[in-house]
Formats: sequence, C-alpha cells, structure tokens
Amino acid sequence: MFANTISKKDLALLVVFTAAVLAGPIILKPIGAGYPDLLQKFAIYGIFALGFNILFGLTGYLSFGHAAFLGVGSYTAVWTFKLLSMNPIPAIILATIAGGLFSALIGFISLRRSGIYFSILTLAFAQMSYNLAYSVLTPITNGETGLQLTQSDPRALDVAFGRDYGAVLPVSDLFGMEMQGYPGFYFCAVMLIICFFISMRIYRSPFGMMLRAVKSNQNRLNFTGVHTRPYALTAFIISGMYAGLAGGLLAVTDPLAGAERMQWTASGEVVLMTILGGAGTLLGPVIGAGAIKYFENIFSAFNDGILMKIFSFLPEVLQHLAVSVSSLFVGEGWHLTLGALFMIIVIFLPGGLMEGVTRLSNLFRRQPPDDRAGGTPHPAPAE
Amino acid sequence: MSALSVKNVNKRFGGLKALDNVNLEIDGGTVHAIIGPNGAGKSTLLNCFIGRLEPDTGSVTFNGQSLLGMAPHEINQVGVSRVFQTPEIFGDLSLIDNVMIPSFARRDGAFKINAWAPIRRNGPMAEKAMSMLEDVGLEAKADETAGHLSRGDKRRLELAMCLVQDPKLLLLDEPTAGMARADTNNTIDLMKTIAQRGVTMVVIEHDMHVVFSLAEKISVLAQGTVIAEDTPANIKGNPKVQEAYLGGAHL
Repeated sequence: MFANTISKKDLALLVVFTAAVLAGPIILKPIGAGYPDLLQKFAIYGIFALGFNILFGLTGYLSFGHAAFLGVGSYTAVWTFKLLSMNPIPAIILATIAGGLFSALIGFISLRRSGIYFSILTLAFAQMSYNLAYSVLTPITNGETGLQLTQSDPRALDVAFGRDYGAVLPVSDLFGMEMQGYPGFYFCAVMLIICFFISMRIYRSPFGMMLRAVKSNQNRLNFTGVHTRPYALTAFIISGMYAGLAGGLLAVTDPLAGAERMQWTASGEVVLMTILGGAGTLLGPVIGAGAIKYFENIFSAFNDGILMKIFSFLPEVLQHLAVSVSSLFVGEGWHLTLGALFMIIVIFLPGGLMEGVTRLSNLFRRQPPDDRAGGTPHPAPAE
Repeated sequence: MSALSVKNVNKRFGGLKALDNVNLEIDGGTVHAIIGPNGAGKSTLLNCFIGRLEPDTGSVTFNGQSLLGMAPHEINQVGVSRVFQTPEIFGDLSLIDNVMIPSFARRDGAFKINAWAPIRRNGPMAEKAMSMLEDVGLEAKADETAGHLSRGDKRRLELAMCLVQDPKLLLLDEPTAGMARADTNNTIDLMKTIAQRGVTMVVIEHDMHVVFSLAEKISVLAQGTVIAEDTPANIKGNPKVQEAYLGGAHL
C-alpha cells in the first residue's frame, strides 16, 4: 500500500528513524543517557515537539500555550486510570481526544488574530488553565497535591475483566506488562514512530503545502481561493492532539498529574526544543527535544562536590573560584547553560541543529573539488 | 452581455473621495483597460472587485452575482483571479509549488484536509503547473525559491498562478511594470492568447504600448470618476483624456 505512495528517500528516513529509536538504549549508552527514565522523556517530549512543529514549523503560528494541552492529556489519562482501566491504551486515546477538543476551543478563539496577538492569546489561555487547575478545578485536578491514583479507585473495566490489583497502588500495564522501565520506553517509542510517520505524511501532502503557504503569504492564499483559517485551526488541533498524547504518555509512565505541567515555562520549553532542533524540519524537533532533556538531566545532576573533583587539578584558590563560577550553570542553574546554548545555536545556526547537519553533509558531499558553479559559499563553522 | 457590472460605486477614505460614482460595464470575453493618472482610483476600484475593500455605496456584480460582502476566497472561487501591483507570491516556496497551490485550491475548493496522500511530483497537477511555467517562460527555474526572483519574473510567476486556475475574469494591475522590453512583449503575446480563450480581462496599465496592443475598450479614470470610455482609437483623440494626462501630474 505504501510502496507506490512513499518516496524511497522518505522510506529510508523512516527505516533509519525507527531503527535509531528502537536501538536508543544502546546508541545513547556511551553518553550516559541509556537508561529508561530518560529515554521515555526523549520519546514523550519528541512527540510533543513533533506536534508543535506542525503548527509552528509549517504555518508559522507561534503558540505559547501548548503546555495546557499536555496538562489536559495528563489529567485525562490519570482519570481514565482511576475510572476505567490501568491499561494505557484507553488512557492515551482519551488523552489525545481531550487534547484535540481543548485545542479546538482555544484555537478557534486565538486564531482570530495572528502574529504576536495570537501568541499572547494562547499564553493567556494556558495561564488561565494553569490557575484554574490550582483553584476552582481542584475537585478534578486535586490542586497542589496533583491528581494521584488511590486503592479505592473504581477502575470499572478492570473490575469487569476480573483484574484485581490488591492492596498495592497499581502501575499502568499493557496486558500484564508494566509500563515502567524498558517496556514503558518501548511503548512510548512505538508511539513516537507512529507520530513521526503521520507527521511525515502531513509534510508531503497537499494539506502540508497549504500550511506552508499560510506561513509564506496568507494574503495571496486568500486571493487564491483558500480559506486560511480552517487550515490553521486544523494544524492547531493536530498539534493539540500530539500534546495530549504526550501528556497521556507522561501519566502512563508515572501515573501522576500536576498543574505545573501546564505552566508557561513548559510551553516555552517546547518552543525552544523546536527552534533548537530546526523549526519546519521533520527530524529537528525530536532532536531538539532530546538535546534539551539530555542537558537538563546532565547539568542539573551536577553539584558542588562533583565540580570540586573536576577542578581538583587547580590550586585551591582557583579551584574555589572555578567552582563558584561554574556552579551557577549547573544544578538548579542549568537553565543558564540552556540559555547560552540556545543563543549560540540561534546566532550561528538559525535553522537549528538540522541546519548544522545539512551544512556538514554538504561539506562531505563536496569532497571532490568539482565545485558546482553558483554554489553558496560556506561560512566558517563556529567553534 | 456584460460580465462585470459596476454601478454607482462610491468609496471615501476620510476626506478623500477615492471613487466618485463609478459605472462600468465590461463585456464577457473582452479585454478592458483602465487607465488614468496616479491616484485616480484604479487600484482602489480593483480592490472593490476582489473583496479587499467594500464600497460605501453601489453594486458590483459578476455574471449576475453580487460580489459585495463576499470573502476574498469566495470571490476567487467564482472565477475571479488577480495579479497585484506588488507581486504577491509565496516567497519561501519553489516556483512549481507556487503554481501548484492555486491549482489545488481550484480542484479542492476553499478548504479540504488532504493530508495523507503525498503530492505526486510527476502527476497531472505537477504537469499542469509545469506547462503554466513554460507559458510564462520560467520552466528552467521551477525548483528555485520564488523569493529570489527578479521583480519582472515574480510578475510572470504570479500570472502563471492566476492562469492555472482557468479564471473567468482576470484582473491585472500593471502586469508588465518592472519588466524588460522583451519580457513585456512576451507577456503581451501571452495575454493575447489568454484573451482568445475567452477569458474576460481587466487591465490597469501605464504603458500605453501594452494598452493599445491589447485592449478592445478603454475607460479613463481621473480623480475617482470615469471621464471617458471608448475604443482605443477614439480615446487617443479625446481632448478630455489629453487634459487629464497632460494637465495632471503624470507627465
């Protein structure tokens, strides 16, 4: 069925992507990221960024409120665990639907404006959701404590199928396979691969072309007979569904939902991931999400003790100075490192990490000195 | 039979009367030129046809259907395409994509989620777009980014984007401005072949060479009113027209 509709290049990309994701635990072991908890985060935030990129990368509409959909997905998934079943499949389906419905509502209103006004509207809606989750919606969200499972949850479907979790707090399981550790990662990985495939289809389709046209010149598109708003709204809803799914998966691997997941910093993070990796590229957002989660993990784990060891070759005075300066950038302050990294990327590689990859591959492809006429000169790579 | 009928159209911008009781009847299948000095209201009038501006009073009907109150995309879907004074193209996309987008818009209507099947790069839609690029002489640049084209090439690209939609009414706002002489002549030839297909055309143009080689009828607009409407030969000798041009700021 796919053989005649998918190009060879895309098929190769898909195969390589699938292999790389499934072999993630082995590939990422040398850099210290080969353990399931972090790999799960890579996959989940990869999905979140993939979806965000369908909106931002294709249509150019910059949403600052996508964490709201992530949060809605998480709450929906935890409620599904509580009321229906600990099986992750109903949870992620309902989380995706909830993300889609909520984004349809917010998108419908926010898309009446474009540019900065659109961004501010989405930001306002997300902050509103965050504050509601803490205040009036406490019966649904359990406020500051966060929504948790209890032993007395009804779990109607599990009861109907005769599953009894006894006196312990259950974890989500797929027909007996607990969604923790590697099984949890592989469940998320399969979702990531499916999401990547869907997003690839969208990119290559006439619909994807229309979304690019929305970004390029909305005026011309209108005078070309296209009603641009439903296109933008559809992209918004698709990205909301991706976010809902990501939120659901967060709850699958750790059945707890808190309002902080909806805070604006979380919305900003997915913007950073997408831009860092390369907005508008297929692979970029996944790479960006991986990079940010990796650095968060590495740098936030550093403490003064470790730094002291690193700088132990220096004389004592310098050692203390080096530690006190560098400690600003690690542990709690790892955001400083992230900020610096982000600035370097945006200044030297405006197209994100994917632009770096393209430049490198062009460099290698040009090995034989038969430079094509009119080729763009390559700027010297930044250190 | 008149295809486009403009009756008693008035448009005011604050204290400025941009259009003062404009009446126009444009016959189906003809090329109608609108000329006049700068600031006469020519572009404003075209904007009233495509839903970019709404006249204060009056009516604009196309084949018996009122265009007033319709959204720009709806007007395009009834068969009205426009080339703008400043080329409006998709600058980030390739030329071939620029032409395929209007083609999809005509095939799929104003909105359709066609998100699963990939665009076939050698399918009929791509072939049609390519033949349009050949018509305007841009086929060699099909894969280049449209934003990097020269102004004259952008105009020809925009013309191809309109033509691929098989419009019934084509509005051209200075279609040859910024083009080299040779390209202008090619564009005139192209417009002649389009006219032979029976497409109604309204052309705003300052280049009299273009106007007189294309138009079957000319309306002269000055200070928001139509001061003359006649065949090209008669317009040339009309003293009112000469006064509007010679007495105006145009020369």
